[in-house]
Amino acid sequence: MSAILLAKSVTVKFGGVTALDNVHMEVEEGEFLSLIGPNGAGKTTLLNTITGVVTPVTAALSLGGKDITHLSTHHRIKLGLALTHQIVRPFQSMTVQENVAFAAGYKKVRNILSSFTSVSRAPEMKKAMEFLHMLGIEQYKDQEVSKLPLGVLKRLEVARALAIEPKILLLDEPLAGLNSQEAGKLADTVKSISQKGMTIVMIEHNLSEVLRISDRLHVLDNGRNLAQGEPAAVMNQPEVRAAYLGS
Amino acid sequence: MGLYEISLATGVGIYIILAVSLNLITGYCGQISLGHAAFYGIGAYTVALLSKMGWPMYLTLGAGFLVAGIIGTIIGLASLRVKEDFLAIVTMGVAFLFVGIVRQQEFLGGEMGISGIPSHGMSKPGYLALVCGFAILSILFSWYLKRSWMGFAFDAVADDEKTARVLGLDIKAYKLTAFAMGTAIAGLAGGLYAYYTRFIVPDTFGFIESVTILSMVAVGGIGSIFGVVIATILLVLMPEFFRFINDYRLLLYGVLLFSVMRFAPQGLAGFFSYLVKRKEG
Repeated sequence: MSAILLAKSVTVKFGGVTALDNVHMEVEEGEFLSLIGPNGAGKTTLLNTITGVVTPVTAALSLGGKDITHLSTHHRIKLGLALTHQIVRPFQSMTVQENVAFAAGYKKVRNILSSFTSVSRAPEMKKAMEFLHMLGIEQYKDQEVSKLPLGVLKRLEVARALAIEPKILLLDEPLAGLNSQEAGKLADTVKSISQKGMTIVMIEHNLSEVLRISDRLHVLDNGRNLAQGEPAAVMNQPEVRAAYLGS
Repeated sequence: MGLYEISLATGVGIYIILAVSLNLITGYCGQISLGHAAFYGIGAYTVALLSKMGWPMYLTLGAGFLVAGIIGTIIGLASLRVKEDFLAIVTMGVAFLFVGIVRQQEFLGGEMGISGIPSHGMSKPGYLALVCGFAILSILFSWYLKRSWMGFAFDAVADDEKTARVLGLDIKAYKLTAFAMGTAIAGLAGGLYAYYTRFIVPDTFGFIESVTILSMVAVGGIGSIFGVVIATILLVLMPEFFRFINDYRLLLYGVLLFSVMRFAPQGLAGFFSYLVKRKEG
């Protein structure tokens, strides 16, 4: 296997606070990597740096062998990244199906002229149904997102991210806020997406689910690399246990 | 139709173009603008100057459209880093800046404005037909835009920029496009206004005018073409038909703006769809 995503020497500072300090992370093609660590470890900041939402002090980022360090967010997304938010952010003026259809039409909105000359939404609406079906929320397709429960919105986030046909799916706490039954089901769905060949990087606090579905763990603590490797082996490391349990 | 009615209808037509143009920026793309009248003014002054230099009407109107669109794009570029209330303040600054600059320029007539703008050379009903033609074109353009993927992308930008960005949308390009299109069409409205009155002064294009246009968009229902057109017709005609309102025009607009924001943020369009839903339900 080869590294599809490489983040080297990532340092991020917010004012005087160092959020990430010389962090390295490597993601192999097709693997399911979980990025874990206590609150404030810098996990979301690392994902936001990879997508270009946060500007690092230093970093060398590459995607599929291509340097993306200085590219804007939308250019990185075009090269194959997709991100879901920790706090769900559906487009409120759109229905569930339209949310996904908009993402599925990413080629049409890539350039201004083609977005102006393209009118038909039918192919994307049809494609959106495939992703809604994959996430098991097709029955909500015509509903306004403001009236939907969190469990559905979490799935909608994943469906929308998949609709842009990424090479890597970056999931920021997809299970947060869900009850154990919902979390287990969504974890199964995410795992099945991974088994179809999608490379996934997931930030998650639900350790039992993380250990159940991940191929590999990468642990951050206080903005630094703490450990990485096989889930069971990583969780057995004393420094990882100390970071989580405080002893 | 008497001359008075023709003149009134021409004014309504110009305001419809203006309100529809702001609706592209504020309604579709979600970018608040409190300085839209400046671009209306840029179009009017461009047309006034060029027509006095002997340019034919179709060229002056085209120039008003282009100059306002180009300056709108430049200001849009400068405004890309700010959004929401900060954008409102920046665009408000544009409104004051425009009047401030024009007042100081002798070649723009300073405080006295520009008078003696050549006639459009058409009969009054003919000019009304031209204005109505442009109003219909701008409505059709706006309607098409809403149905296109550009309109879909504008919806996404207006809803949540951050999410739209992580779905790969070039937010800056879409915002700039909205600014360019909206300000260019406002420039066209300004050009039509210059031929309509044949006399322009800076204060016509000041902050109060910007708020007036915004009132039309907000009362109609931000983003709704139908609502904005109806609100524009009502707000322009109301002070004409009820003379006593004319003295309190600004007060009326202010109260309407406040009431819509407080009680019916979706404006007339929202109220209308509520009635339809109630009837169906």
